[in-house]
Amino acid sequence: MLLLREVKKTFSEPDGNRLTVLDIASFELAAGEQVLLMGQSGSGKTTLLHVIAGISRPDSGSVAIAGTDITQLSEAAGDRFRAQHLGYIFQTFNLLAGFSAVENVLLGMSFAGRRPDAARAKELLSRVGLGHRLTHKPAALSVGEQQRVAVARALINRPKLLLADEPTANVDARNQQQIVELIRQTCREENISLLMVSHWPQLAEQFERVEHLDQFNQAAVAA
Amino acid sequence: MSLWKIAWRSMQQRALASTLTGLSMALGVALVVSVLVVYSVISQSFTKGAQGFDLIVGAKGGKLQLVLNTVYHLSTPVENIPYSYYKKFITTGPGNFRPDVGVAIPCCLGDNYRDFRVVGTTPQMFEIEYAPGQPYRFSSGRNFEPEHFFEAVVGAVAARETGLKVGDAFKPTHGVTGNTGHTHDPFTVAGILAPTGTPNDRALFVNIEGFYLLANHAKPVPHETEHEHGHAADHAAHEHTSRDHKTAAAAVDAGHAHDEHAHDDHEHGEHEHAEHDEHGHDHEHGHSHAPLPENQREVTAILVRAANQFVSPDLYNQINEGQVAQAVYPALEITKLFQGIVGNVERILLVLAGLVIVVAGLGILVSIYNSMSDRRRDIAVMRALGAERRTVLTIVLLESILLALAGGVAGFVLGHVLIGALSPQIVAQTGVAIGLFAFDQYELMLVPLLIVLAAAAGFLPGLAAYRTDVAKVLSTSP
Repeated sequence: MLLLREVKKTFSEPDGNRLTVLDIASFELAAGEQVLLMGQSGSGKTTLLHVIAGISRPDSGSVAIAGTDITQLSEAAGDRFRAQHLGYIFQTFNLLAGFSAVENVLLGMSFAGRRPDAARAKELLSRVGLGHRLTHKPAALSVGEQQRVAVARALINRPKLLLADEPTANVDARNQQQIVELIRQTCREENISLLMVSHWPQLAEQFERVEHLDQFNQAAVAA
Repeated sequence: MSLWKIAWRSMQQRALASTLTGLSMALGVALVVSVLVVYSVISQSFTKGAQGFDLIVGAKGGKLQLVLNTVYHLSTPVENIPYSYYKKFITTGPGNFRPDVGVAIPCCLGDNYRDFRVVGTTPQMFEIEYAPGQPYRFSSGRNFEPEHFFEAVVGAVAARETGLKVGDAFKPTHGVTGNTGHTHDPFTVAGILAPTGTPNDRALFVNIEGFYLLANHAKPVPHETEHEHGHAADHAAHEHTSRDHKTAAAAVDAGHAHDEHAHDDHEHGEHEHAEHDEHGHDHEHGHSHAPLPENQREVTAILVRAANQFVSPDLYNQINEGQVAQAVYPALEITKLFQGIVGNVERILLVLAGLVIVVAGLGILVSIYNSMSDRRRDIAVMRALGAERRTVLTIVLLESILLALAGGVAGFVLGHVLIGALSPQIVAQTGVAIGLFAFDQYELMLVPLLIVLAAAAGFLPGLAAYRTDVAKVLSTSP
């Protein structure tokens, strides 16, 4: 499902030097597989997710998702590919304040070139326990509820790969476990590959496969 | 969810700023709509006034002045022309214009009643259409009868403003405005015209025969000639006396003496008439009045409709090449006036209103651009969800267009409500009726213009959205 080969990503520093953040020889994720990606702060976890999502382009290497090397796509084609085949859950939820819960979920469909499916949006929200909060704006939802909306939004297009960037970092302990379980369960049900980034040590026991970025990212090793 | 809805939600999120920006746009559009509609209706009204007649014939002088004071009851009258000249339009004979003339209506000006022009004319004035397919109608009463010399028809606005009703009598005052001249004998209102939206709404029309019989309205003639007219002797004497007074103004206090004298003459010469005066009656039944002899008559203008669809060039040339009168095309003069003066005023007003709209457009630009820093994260999220750069640019442009169109619709409604609210005052002041739903075709052009303006205004913030660095924005804390 996901195959990274010789991926390098660097950033310019104020002094003009290039800082290498990612230097990954190879990374794979099978269809339906769920992987927990751990690593220290600044090890490049978010950058890696951005590169996989096509939000950020690597300096070199290839990122293949379901057989498509997204580094070879034009920017617009990459955007469309992301909308259709990838789900993304942000650490800070990133719901749009002016939109209701159901509209935030439907927003995920707006850019995938698909007709809005309000029934699926409501069904997903019901599945994450928000069937009674469909028309509430984010400000009227608790932090845990906001993250559930973000989960529903990421799943609305039935993505092939779900990227979750610290999805429980901003929620309380009770919600943490519920949200992780919710994500994993939904991915299992819809055969979605999952790459979850988290600091939370307890999660390592729940995932069959746990990867430490420090171990396969040569840039982090060097640092 | 459509991009329109996303743009709409974005507008709602900044409700106050959006409302204020839309309001400024609404004011600009309301101004443009008002200028367009008022100009259009006034233009149509003037054209309607001119359309009634193909030619206006009057004394040589200012062409526009002749048109304005004859058809539009504005400006001061030019000199008079002989009645015999008018007869050339209505009778056949060598050198006459009759074959080329369909209708010729005489007009005598020079009096007013409470600042509304009094026009001496024939009943035929109201037997023709004032515009194609639009005959005169009477809201009450009827047209004046040819044989009832002291009957009158009052325009709708003049009737409302003066309070005159059918059966009421009014005394015209000498002069086209003001109340400084002497007061004439009274006329009785026979009918009130229904509103026409033409300047005739603001005038009073009296039987030309009665008009001639008023003091100072007869042309002075040599004494010998005067006595040749049998039945009109009293009147002739009266008028002669008046003229004598007038011409002897250096020796006598002409105005005052003339007034008294004239009325005295009326009372002595016209017993029945005098009785009416004394008892405050009208002259409707004054059948004993003899018409003023033709050699003492003059007309201020002749309103002419051609016998055929177009005015014969021969008719036009023949009149203008003569020494007595000039013929003018009212429609042409009014078009010149509109293009030369009124059109410029309209253009200036439109430019000012256009500037208001442009400023409102800049308001949209500033409003959306200022919001971009707050919305950068939303845009980055949309991009992360798969929105292309051009999609977020489109969303910002749509938001700008929505703001402009919403403001435009509000301005359209506001403009027409404003016009509707001011309509009674406009009618009272100008005689031009402007309805709430008066519509100018150029208003339709506002739609594409607003869209172009909004797109231009939204382009800069749209470009900022287009250039948003998604990874960078998402990597920073909200």
